[in-house]
Amino acid sequence: MAKMNMIQAINLALHREMEGDDSVLVMGEDVAVNGGVFRATEGLLEKFGDKRVIDTPLAEAGIVGTATGMAIGGLKPVTEMQFSGFSYNMFHQLEGNASRMRARSRGQFTVPLVIRMPFGGGVRALEHHSESKEVYYAHTPGIKVVIPSRPANAFALLRAAIQDPDPVIFMEPKRSYRSFKGDVADNPEPMQIGKAEIVQGGKDITVISWGAMFHDTQQVVEELQADSDISIELLDLLTISPMDAVTIAESVKKTGRCVVVQEAHRSFGPASEIIAHINDRALMYLEAPVKRVTMYDTTVPLFGRELLYLPSKGHIRKAIQETIDF
Amino acid sequence: MPQKTIKEFSVEYLQILDENGKVDNKLEPEISDDDLLKLYHYMVLSREADTKLIKLQRQGRLGTLPACMGQEASICAPTLAINDKDWFVGSYRELGGRLMRGESLVKTMLLYNGYEEGSYNPDSPRTLPISVVLASQLLYAVGLAYASRQRGETDTVVLAFVGDGATSEGDFHEALNFASVWKVPVVFINQNNQYAISTPRHKQMNSETIAQKAIAYDMPSIQVDGNDVLAVYKATKEAVDRARAGEGPSLIESVTYRMLMHTTADDPTRYREDAEVEGWAKKDPITRFKKYLTERKLWNASKQKKLDADIAAEIDSSVKEFEAMSDFKPDAHFDYVFAEESELIKEQRAEFLENLKGDADNG
Repeated sequence: MAKMNMIQAINLALHREMEGDDSVLVMGEDVAVNGGVFRATEGLLEKFGDKRVIDTPLAEAGIVGTATGMAIGGLKPVTEMQFSGFSYNMFHQLEGNASRMRARSRGQFTVPLVIRMPFGGGVRALEHHSESKEVYYAHTPGIKVVIPSRPANAFALLRAAIQDPDPVIFMEPKRSYRSFKGDVADNPEPMQIGKAEIVQGGKDITVISWGAMFHDTQQVVEELQADSDISIELLDLLTISPMDAVTIAESVKKTGRCVVVQEAHRSFGPASEIIAHINDRALMYLEAPVKRVTMYDTTVPLFGRELLYLPSKGHIRKAIQETIDF
Repeated sequence: MPQKTIKEFSVEYLQILDENGKVDNKLEPEISDDDLLKLYHYMVLSREADTKLIKLQRQGRLGTLPACMGQEASICAPTLAINDKDWFVGSYRELGGRLMRGESLVKTMLLYNGYEEGSYNPDSPRTLPISVVLASQLLYAVGLAYASRQRGETDTVVLAFVGDGATSEGDFHEALNFASVWKVPVVFINQNNQYAISTPRHKQMNSETIAQKAIAYDMPSIQVDGNDVLAVYKATKEAVDRARAGEGPSLIESVTYRMLMHTTADDPTRYREDAEVEGWAKKDPITRFKKYLTERKLWNASKQKKLDADIAAEIDSSVKEFEAMSDFKPDAHFDYVFAEESELIKEQRAEFLENLKGDADNG
């Protein structure tokens, strides 16, 4: 058991997977000599050499497109998009090839590819460095979208992503990279992509979040429980797609109330999808409308206003309270 | 401060068999008689199949499909220059090459009748399906080449096709750059057929040649007469040999002409003159090759008669086999979303099948 932050957990997962499987390689902009701009890939070059830890030319489509070929050809590339805001330059490769090669070739060719990308606000960064646009990827059949929230699940889920036979987008909440530490067991239980985690059980309301917002949500939940007798079931979504609709619905059937907290824009976001699943599977159990706490449908402003637009603990607390009181 | 020329560049052009079938013996490549005949066979098969597929489409028996007529040398000669262990990465205008890689015409017809069962080639584990997003295939071609070397295959080569219009895509340039930086064994074949649907080459680029685009990446390149099967083969073979020897990628611009429509949904009379098409008809790659083979005493009228009959029979039986197919699994599109079916896909498949039952009940 060791205490570490999320960046260290990601780095450790990469080390472990590269040690365990020669076909795993890491590639991206500044990932080798520099160890990545966030240092997620630090130490890999020295240990595994420049054929498996590749500083690529600066071209996102080039990185994901060539990695797709490597994956078809029997390797397991783990690519890094330096920031999610630059990943749209590779979108056509993902949508046009990686996501559908299995379907197009009826399983003859498959793409076991991981695309890591830091995302989300809260670190006072420049334009294009603060968005939460996980739905762009989640809307594409054939790819999985995973968002860890803590060092332990970042470690386990990144390993699961690398071992996955299909393309996985692994979105890392950069606000959580170094802001806290957590325990990571030496040989933790493997985690399964596609499963939400019930972080704590409760009976009055289900609160769902993921990524960096999960922490603010968890703090609010703890405060509310200390201040009142509300019993809250807290879910960490962890996989955006394919979404764990069953766990969500079962929880809401039990509690009858639900609040979803996301950093993504409001319209067409994951919360909309969660609410649709509740609609399909648990509507008659609801005691109140499901509320969502979100970013607004505006271009993400520069960081001067960042603390104003990010869903605040006050917003989350208000939404939970209103849903309970409905 | 000096001002001087620090580097100079040039672009070579290669033609061996001219429009009248006259060969330049000094440049003639070494190709066995069997291979020459194989090449001719597939070029003729490609043309006849192309003609038949378009006819079937016009009769409503196939969906939209691309036409390859006129480009047979450009497609088949590079394919002859690689072997089964090499990778074939196509776009969508390489019918003859795909047939050479063992694809059956039945599969081709299935694909163009809208069934995924035809979009892969089970007999060739190293032939990729068609790629419709232009130039995107070049990047996975480069990745395949990297993977082959990384996995210890020291002599595998990747052959990748792309059209003239697609050279405007970023992926074309990213692929050339990555291939050149990594020095991986890829041979890029640019089928310059003069048009991207209706857009002529001069509106696509201000470059005099496509071959010169490789110069920016310090990559060997050449422009060849793409209707001269010997020139296309020779240039590709040299590039393949360099790639195998670890000398990195090459770009070959194969100057040819799309004699028919872009796809069956297109009407080329809207954007080009008959005179232009007639001019290119005189440069036909098959007519020229036939003259060459006849000169070499490898071909004669009776052989041609037999080939025509064999190919007609092959196409006929393929069409019959294709048209006899029915009973396609309706939920096949649920089979290949992920290696392991997710809960959501499982539910949606069940819903889909249930709905089908309902549709049947409702007549």
